[in-house]
Amino acid sequence: MAKPFPALSIVQLTLVRIKEFVREPEAMFWSFVFPLLLAAGLGIAFRSRPPEQLRVALVRDAASDSLERVLERGGGLVVDVLDDSTALMRLRTGQVALVADRDAGGTLRYEFDPERPDGRAARFLVNDALQRAAGRPDPVPVVERTVRERGSRYIDFFIPGLLGMNLMSSGIWGIAFSVVTARNRKLLKRLAATPMSRAEYLASYLLSRLGFLAAEVVVIVGFGALAFNVPVRGSVGVFALVTLLGALAFSGLGLLVASRATTVEGASGLANLVMLPQWIFSGVFFSSKNFPDALQPFISLLPLTATVDALRGNLLQGSGLVELAPHLGIILAWLVVTFGLALRLFRWR
Amino acid sequence: MIPAADVLPPALEVTGLVKRYGDVTAVAGLSLAVRAGECFGLLGPNGAGKTTTLEICEGLATADEGEVRLLGRAWRTDAGWLRQRIGLALQETQLAEKLTVYETLRLFASFYHAPRMVNDVIPLVGLEEKRDARVGTLSGGQKQRLAIACALVGDPKVLFLDEPTTGLDPQSRRQLWDLIEAYKRAGGTVVLTTHYMDEAERLCDRIAIVDHGRVIAEGTPRALVGSIGAEHVIRFVLADGAEVPSALLEALPGVRVVAGTRDDGTELQCTAVHETVPALLGLLAQRGARLADLRTHAPTLEDVFVSLTGRALREA
Repeated sequence: MAKPFPALSIVQLTLVRIKEFVREPEAMFWSFVFPLLLAAGLGIAFRSRPPEQLRVALVRDAASDSLERVLERGGGLVVDVLDDSTALMRLRTGQVALVADRDAGGTLRYEFDPERPDGRAARFLVNDALQRAAGRPDPVPVVERTVRERGSRYIDFFIPGLLGMNLMSSGIWGIAFSVVTARNRKLLKRLAATPMSRAEYLASYLLSRLGFLAAEVVVIVGFGALAFNVPVRGSVGVFALVTLLGALAFSGLGLLVASRATTVEGASGLANLVMLPQWIFSGVFFSSKNFPDALQPFISLLPLTATVDALRGNLLQGSGLVELAPHLGIILAWLVVTFGLALRLFRWR
Repeated sequence: MIPAADVLPPALEVTGLVKRYGDVTAVAGLSLAVRAGECFGLLGPNGAGKTTTLEICEGLATADEGEVRLLGRAWRTDAGWLRQRIGLALQETQLAEKLTVYETLRLFASFYHAPRMVNDVIPLVGLEEKRDARVGTLSGGQKQRLAIACALVGDPKVLFLDEPTTGLDPQSRRQLWDLIEAYKRAGGTVVLTTHYMDEAERLCDRIAIVDHGRVIAEGTPRALVGSIGAEHVIRFVLADGAEVPSALLEALPGVRVVAGTRDDGTELQCTAVHETVPALLGLLAQRGARLADLRTHAPTLEDVFVSLTGRALREA
């Protein structure tokens, strides 16, 4: 017997999910307000960072006054004149990047840690300034052009990462808690005793996520575009596809996390186990290329890496479907595998 | 002509049911048959295997041995067909607190091919005024009535209720009894578990008394009570914790069974109360024991359980 659309169980199940979520003010806060606060904070922190100043120390002696004047004229350096032991102590505790000294014979001595990038940079800046002041000529003429383009700032990098991270957290937390609570309250067992389709029950979680997806995406991307002028270069259709698939894949992961846990604590532990590596490796806050090459194949298969890379490609470089196909393939595979496994493993009592 | 109940095929037929959890045997070869249109009660102490039996009948658990035929079909082959035709209330389900009564029932209705109208079911359980109230704001009795409404909304042929009134106040219990009786009058079959004798006596056409995973007696409440052959039960409590050996009590005229009660009292099931009471008073006076309390009542299902097991139903 054909039923009217609103009486279909998949429709009812999805509506119920949405109502339960909307009636939980805390869930609304963590999904919508918290990411904005995070974006605003990080956006402001990285918005107009002046060129980095390196702090170096000179050992106080007869030569230090003239050296100090030379170094301060060179730019990019902050110079402290200190006695020998204080200078070394500051170097060891990381408060200065380098200690410089000129002995009676006129030889320059640098002390620094070559494993610290600021140590190496300080050595070149200091040496360059002192050698030039001593009359070293530059045999090849140099012209410098500095680039600060929209799309290459930190906030441009971060907004797609934040969106991907938010898709992951709302998918996993939202679903895992709801499912485990229902299992705890024996509601799952009660539902399992009805003719309800079990696949429809799980699918309703995916569908209800879509209702909030649009809101989440508009809020985060709109905020980035309006407040920080973050570019949106790719097609809206491709962007919608990436977010849709990403959200569904993370919902599948959420269902899998919740498929057997009987306590909220157990589910939280599992959710953290799933999310923490992705926060670290997937390039939300800094590029995943910082990790060793041996890890890269593993990192690129993570669903958050694929989502964030696809979002960055679309928003920042304007990549189309063809360029994003490998990422989309990875995301789709996660969706199919997690949903299928969840349906198989799901514990109804 | 309407065929007699005996001629109709049983709504539920259970044979030789066994269920083990590790070393514990929860159900140990239990058999019973429930006729269409009757209210059948499983009466027994906590841990007797009532809930496990019910869950196997409801298709929520599988038996290690034995067979269940519900409406003539088996869960193994016809689970979808059967789920469309039964309704149930579990002992401890908590429905979603953020949904309203109407929304909850509409959800459950959506699972069935031919559900009842939600707006018809709400008045059945007397929740008209709570139609748009969230489940979290309902009282215990109202929640339980909503749970039964969820069971009724699919228009079931068989209704399974696991301890439907446990933890409810007397008024809520009576409301639920009315509800179950109305369902039965409309031709429904009810299988319920309870450890309340009054509930079993009021609602059930037939009862199976269950202990240690087996049916130890079965019949109408009247026949079960009659089966112990006692006309009266004398219940007394001695002052100052005094005791009388049960051998002496058993020797009193007309006494059939002697048993302890929860509150340190003693019960005598007897055939001739007019002979037993004077003899009991004489015995106590002779031993210098004083009575703190003495009363007699007509035997109940509780006394049936006591006479079958030597234990009281709720302490067993």
